[in-house]
Amino acid sequence: MDIKQLREHAKNIRINIIKQVSNAKSGHPGGSLGATDILTVLYFEVMDITAENVKTKDRDRFVLSKGHASPALYATLAEKGIIPAEELMTFRKLHTRLQGHPDMHSLPGVDMSTGSLGQGLSAAVGMALANRLNKNDHRIYALVGDGEAEEGQIWEAAMAAHHYKLDNLCAVIDENGLQIDGWTKDVISPAPFKEKFEAFGWHVIEIDGHDYEQIKNAFDEAKTVKGRPTCIVAKTIKGKGVSYMENVADWHGKAPDAKLTEVALKDLEGM
Amino acid sequence: MAKATRDAYGEELAKLVAENPKIVILDADLAGSTKSAVGGKVAPERFFDMGIAEANMIGVSAGLAASGFIPFASSFAMFCTGRVWEQVRNSVAYPGLNVKIVGSHSGISVGEDGVTHQAIEDISIMRSITGLQVYVPCDQYETKAVIDYVAEHDGPCYVRLGRAAVDDVYDADKVFDVTKINVIRKGTKAAVFACGLMVQKTLEAAELLAKEGIDITVIDVCAIKPSDEEGIAEVLAEYDQIFTVEEHSVMGGLGTMICEVAAERCPKKIHRIGMYGFGESGSWQDLLKEYNLDGEGIYNQIKGYME
Repeated sequence: MDIKQLREHAKNIRINIIKQVSNAKSGHPGGSLGATDILTVLYFEVMDITAENVKTKDRDRFVLSKGHASPALYATLAEKGIIPAEELMTFRKLHTRLQGHPDMHSLPGVDMSTGSLGQGLSAAVGMALANRLNKNDHRIYALVGDGEAEEGQIWEAAMAAHHYKLDNLCAVIDENGLQIDGWTKDVISPAPFKEKFEAFGWHVIEIDGHDYEQIKNAFDEAKTVKGRPTCIVAKTIKGKGVSYMENVADWHGKAPDAKLTEVALKDLEGM
Repeated sequence: MAKATRDAYGEELAKLVAENPKIVILDADLAGSTKSAVGGKVAPERFFDMGIAEANMIGVSAGLAASGFIPFASSFAMFCTGRVWEQVRNSVAYPGLNVKIVGSHSGISVGEDGVTHQAIEDISIMRSITGLQVYVPCDQYETKAVIDYVAEHDGPCYVRLGRAAVDDVYDADKVFDVTKINVIRKGTKAAVFACGLMVQKTLEAAELLAKEGIDITVIDVCAIKPSDEEGIAEVLAEYDQIFTVEEHSVMGGLGTMICEVAAERCPKKIHRIGMYGFGESGSWQDLLKEYNLDGEGIYNQIKGYME
């Protein structure tokens, strides 16, 4: 694992997140920047997805259950060479393949249409069941927001994944502690994740969601766990890398203007 | 012979799951009642009870379909439509995933369980979802034909079934085109469109009317969406007295669909017979009588409008 290389990928992805959201004048920069390091490790170190095998199911698959972090997914697919980087400037515009929330039919590399919170993990459970039935050894990954885990369906899915012993499923909780109305602990706390997922029968690994080695080690450990799914609880910083966005709930779903875009890009160049 | 459409579903599913390795069966703790368990017994490795968690059942079905399987997801009509409407819309219909949602125990004929279990809005809410097909078969043979059809069709479908054992409308050797209306009794005075159990009850009403010299046409409308607009318009053009009968709210269901076709193709005055409010507990026969949806009730309503 070349950490310098990963850092470079993550920097490009973050820059493209800001460019997409700024150009579209809408979108969700905060959660996208916070999830970038996890996506970087997943797509460049863990999953076997490539531009060549992207249209097949004979590869690891990923469900962005927190679909509003679509700019992070699109920028990652561009960084991976699966979609053209120029296309990122069509994000959220009429006739784009880069819908506000991911559309599996318009864009290769989107393995499930998501956006309505709480639903993606269930689809990932279905994919993991399907892989088992098909004797397909590839793994299913899902990224779930901590605020998203306030949706009851996440826990229905957690119950099912354990019941069916889906050790080919790995969920990551992106715990940035913020949601639209403020800190999750003030709005309605979905924590503690470790205890809850353990009580639901999952193997749980807690990590710093910006530390590449911890992220990689957690995914490696998850592959060795048999008979139950793994939940990686990743502490992240919403808005990570952009000074004025870090830990500010207000940057959940709004675009920076030209001046603030410049500041953001400067911040990211210096990362 | 009397058989519930849900029983026919279980039998057909058992046949299909044995033939087609892509079919998987999901239920939400009602497999014994919806009869999905009958199919599940044939291929236990492809049967998944998701417990009392319908939203997750729909999402898991979506994931299985996204991986090439053909999931049949069942529960009572109330819980696999209304409770999970947004999951069906966003996780199944929007991505166009090949999920078959089969709701049993629809309408007031659930009976004693009462209002909380009586889906009388399911046709309406499912019909409004883009790309989702909706079928309401009336007897065992039509149910089997519909189940065969949706298993073959690549795309999301909703099939509405009933709890009660109902008389056969068709012969065992009937060859169905489930996308078309079926004129099952021909008269001259009025045309009555019906679906599900109301087909049998409308035929009973037709017998009572015939005794008084009033011959009516009875049309079984199994394909609610996409509907057989051509066939419906032809019937509309032929009659001045038009009725619809459904064990469902008169808003948004069969009656509304026929009115929509009429409004665009052949404007006619149409009387909608169905539910105008919630039901209540009672035996299914008592309930149909109470809400004027048994043979006599439908006879009275049609006669009332005609006079």
